[in-house]
Amino acid sequence: MTNSVGNERWLRVRSVLWKRPWARATLLLSPPLAWFLLVYIASLLVLLITAFWQVNPFTSNIERIWSLGNLQTIFTTPAYLSIIGKTAGMAVAVTVTDAVVAVPFAYFMARIAAPRTRTALFVAILLPLWASYLAKVYSWLLIFTNNGFLDWTLGLVGIGKSNLIYTNGAVFIVFCYLWLPYMIIPVYSAFERVPASLIEASQDLGGRTWRTTRRVLLPLALPGIVAGSIFTFSLTLGDYITPLLVGGTSANFMGNVIYTNIGIANNVPFAAAMALVPIVIMGVYLLGARALGAFEAI
Amino acid sequence: MESTGLRVALRIWVALVLLFLFVPIAAIILYAFNKSTIESWPIGGFTGHWFSVAWHDSQVREALWLSVRVGLFATGLALVLGSMVAYALHQFRFYGRDGISLLLVLPIALPGIITGIALNSFFSFTGIQFGTLTVVAGHATFCIVVVFNNLIARLRRVPGSLAEASMDLGARGWQTLRFVTIPLAATALVSGALLAFALSFDEVIVTVFTAGAQNTLPLWIFGAIRLGQQLPEVNVVVTIVIALTLIPVILAARIAGSGAVTR
Repeated sequence: MTNSVGNERWLRVRSVLWKRPWARATLLLSPPLAWFLLVYIASLLVLLITAFWQVNPFTSNIERIWSLGNLQTIFTTPAYLSIIGKTAGMAVAVTVTDAVVAVPFAYFMARIAAPRTRTALFVAILLPLWASYLAKVYSWLLIFTNNGFLDWTLGLVGIGKSNLIYTNGAVFIVFCYLWLPYMIIPVYSAFERVPASLIEASQDLGGRTWRTTRRVLLPLALPGIVAGSIFTFSLTLGDYITPLLVGGTSANFMGNVIYTNIGIANNVPFAAAMALVPIVIMGVYLLGARALGAFEAI
Repeated sequence: MESTGLRVALRIWVALVLLFLFVPIAAIILYAFNKSTIESWPIGGFTGHWFSVAWHDSQVREALWLSVRVGLFATGLALVLGSMVAYALHQFRFYGRDGISLLLVLPIALPGIITGIALNSFFSFTGIQFGTLTVVAGHATFCIVVVFNNLIARLRRVPGSLAEASMDLGARGWQTLRFVTIPLAATALVSGALLAFALSFDEVIVTVFTAGAQNTLPLWIFGAIRLGQQLPEVNVVVTIVIALTLIPVILAARIAGSGAVTR
């Protein structure tokens, strides 16, 4: 008896859901959206609010009084401005270098390699992409270290020691290494999508290799490069571990300022204010990327 | 269209890039067997000694166990939440659909430190104790998008006519989902889950801000490298982490094709 009542009720719920697609959509979407709103968006909001609070210099408690003090400090202290500039400069340098390295590689993969080679190369990009982040950073520490692999190789060629360890040059190389696969994959898929007929048309019209590459291929690959650059740029902006491990004490990037203010200095409001800078930079960057058609390329 | 010279040049370029990509990984694996405690090259003979040292280190064991638990919980959460969004966005057209997919990508499109510090201020603000749960919450947030991407790509490829055929044959919505849609999407779900686990198992940038006093395996490695102690053990643990992140990825690539394994 109760069972059939239960059944009837269930049937009714089902028919209500069936007739109202929006009800089904709402049921499906509310748990994940609730998660994102309650955990992630709420966190970003707290971050935004905290940035306008202060830490009492004597008690080191957070005082919930609104003020632009943190942002003022950031934008009037030359040291912080130079850190922001240095970090953005590093992100640009890494992005450009990775694009220059990735374009010929992706071109070979998409247009010259035989199908089997192409698959093998794709796997060869995926392995370093997924191999543990810390492992990759640490392996460069071993390579750069005094009398490590690099010094040994340079010794073979007859050049002296590199002394790269704990320099910005080391940070730059490791960043380029870490994010290179993120650049190769979208550039490769952009090249792959270029129809062969376009290249033939360009050649029929007298465009030689270089001209066809420059006027036809590269413009068509640009959305892929921009899509890859979102990753290389954003990942460089927000990384504090690589500078900390291979850049040594001299390495001071935006991420490091945030990290030390959370940990050692325990000035969460200041760290939050500093975190707004990469958010704004990335926001502008993403808008620009969308204008260049990068989102269709991801 | 390419001249022979250009082709040769491209081949050399590809070989150099591959060398650049794989030398560090090869180096770390060799160092794991280093007999000497000095981290110089060439290594001073081979030994498996440090593997046994790492295996018997209780701190490493605890960290490994925490990483596995966090990975499993985060993957489970991401699997449920990610497939709900993917299915809903695939099935229904409504205002704000693009906004939702943008929202999902945000945790990996914004620099990792932002997610980390945002969660950190949120947990401090709400007075939630840092611990396993906060780590899981952070990981699940950026793992959802991996499951979502894998599943929605698959749902787009499966022809809608299959679900229609099932309903023409009298299947209810649930039955179609249970007997048609889920089996067709199963490999995408599995590969999404494997990738989510790999992502969680290796994560350190966000975890630093959400772990409190606990150590996941990457946090243990980070701490040990910074202190410059136990480096022979670090070599071994790092090699094991490479293996443990690559195994799920390779499995996922086998199950769903290598195209599904980008990140």
